[in-house]
Amino acid sequence: MLVLLLLTAFTLITLDYRAQGGGVFGAARRTASSIFGPVERLAADVVRPVRHGIQAVGSIGSNHKKVNDLQRQISALQQQARQQPFDAQRVKELDQLLHVSAVGQYKLLPAQVIAVSATDGFEWTATIDAGAKDGLKPNMTVLNGDGLVGRMKTVGSSTSTVLLAIDPQFNVGVRLPSGQMGVVSGHGRAPMTLLLLDPVARVKAGDGLVTQGSQNQTPFVWGVPVGSVTSATVPLSGDVQSGSVKPYVDFSSLDLVGVVVEPPRTDPRGALLQPPVPTVTATATATATATVTVAPTFSASSSVSPSGTARTSSSRTPTAKPTVKPTVSPTPKPTITPSTSPSPTPTTSGSP
Amino acid sequence: MAEIPRAVLIVVLVLMACVVDAVVFDPLNLPGAPPNLLLLVVAALALVLGPVGGAVTGFFAGLAADVLPPADHLIGRYALVFCLAGYLVGLLHYEARDSVVLALVAVAAAAAVATLLYGALGGVLSDGRVGAQTVVRSLPFSIAYDVLLAPFVVPWVMSLARRAEPKVTRK
Repeated sequence: MLVLLLLTAFTLITLDYRAQGGGVFGAARRTASSIFGPVERLAADVVRPVRHGIQAVGSIGSNHKKVNDLQRQISALQQQARQQPFDAQRVKELDQLLHVSAVGQYKLLPAQVIAVSATDGFEWTATIDAGAKDGLKPNMTVLNGDGLVGRMKTVGSSTSTVLLAIDPQFNVGVRLPSGQMGVVSGHGRAPMTLLLLDPVARVKAGDGLVTQGSQNQTPFVWGVPVGSVTSATVPLSGDVQSGSVKPYVDFSSLDLVGVVVEPPRTDPRGALLQPPVPTVTATATATATATVTVAPTFSASSSVSPSGTARTSSSRTPTAKPTVKPTVSPTPKPTITPSTSPSPTPTTSGSP
Repeated sequence: MAEIPRAVLIVVLVLMACVVDAVVFDPLNLPGAPPNLLLLVVAALALVLGPVGGAVTGFFAGLAADVLPPADHLIGRYALVFCLAGYLVGLLHYEARDSVVLALVAVAAAAAVATLLYGALGGVLSDGRVGAQTVVRSLPFSIAYDVLLAPFVVPWVMSLARRAEPKVTRK
């Protein structure tokens, strides 16, 4: 009996290995997803308060600090909200001037994480409560307010599975601030690693990385913040450099995510990185500087950082436009346009 | 015929364990490795059913864990692991009848076997996710969590499984 069952298991493994996720096994997975997705969804709704409670016990110490931080953010945001109408008008005018209204605007389908993989911590996947019925397909980019979360794997009818960016099978092409390319890979609980492609390219701690964008924007759309470099090797000449990367997304508390159903028309480049990387064309530069000097309220509009620093950076290489862009934008009803840029999570990078 | 209600009970328990694992324990993101409720249920059932019943239960429980979302490994992998774990725990079912300590030892052994075998299969199938290092690092955590959780799960499941049978024979 035991031998029979073990042989069956081996046969299944072999067949699934050959099928590469297609065929009968893919269908079985999708069916299971369709049937058990709703069950898991219901269970997740029931246990969410309990889960949050347990998670809260583990973070009592840090909660006090968090409350203070949030209160400070609230007052900063309230101040911003009062300026909002004025800023919106400014933004509209700037948009018309710059013709770049598509920068950083992903069309997203919001979804809730309802379950996380059950494989002894070897496999980093999550179930979300949206599926084929909502127009999702495999290999779509998944992100949240902080950055890249992963990509769609199996899609059931009303739930689907996301391969998280820290899964050891996950690789994504990224772009450095210098414009050079690299590949970031997940390693579970260990930090992500970065491998540069060009032997002459160099990276340093604190550099922010955004997705390079795949062909046809599948599986990765361009310009999604991935993480910041925490350390980099000093390679011998002729060797490619590597480094470790701290993802912007906190994978221990995934909750609301967005699936990119329509990529931005133009490459947002580094516009969505937290300290905006200056990458604006020369013509845009001139216009932006001019407007900023005319309207002093403008630069404080969407970044939580003190307006003084924003101003100084914009006078050097003005990037007023990418900072403002994603917050104020017309939102079509069923999908949302995220405000990825002003997310105030403090990223601890090595350099001050 | 007498086996039917017990089979239903087993199916319900196994599916419940899968869902609770995916929805409650894994999102907690405890350090090291998540506890594996399904393994505890399989071990408890094997302690009641014996080696053959344990192997069959383990096989189908593992198959469920392979297929249910958000699983993303080759189908059959947990089926094999849990089948063997169920069989091994089932071998102890006479000895563990009255000894709580032995039942806990059986659970710890099952956790170790499951983690090691899953890791070894990863090596055989050249799965980039599972290296010797990750297995060694997560092994003590899986055992510790499972043993800690066992007193709350195993006696309860065992008494449920024991009670399921006499009800039918009386009918």
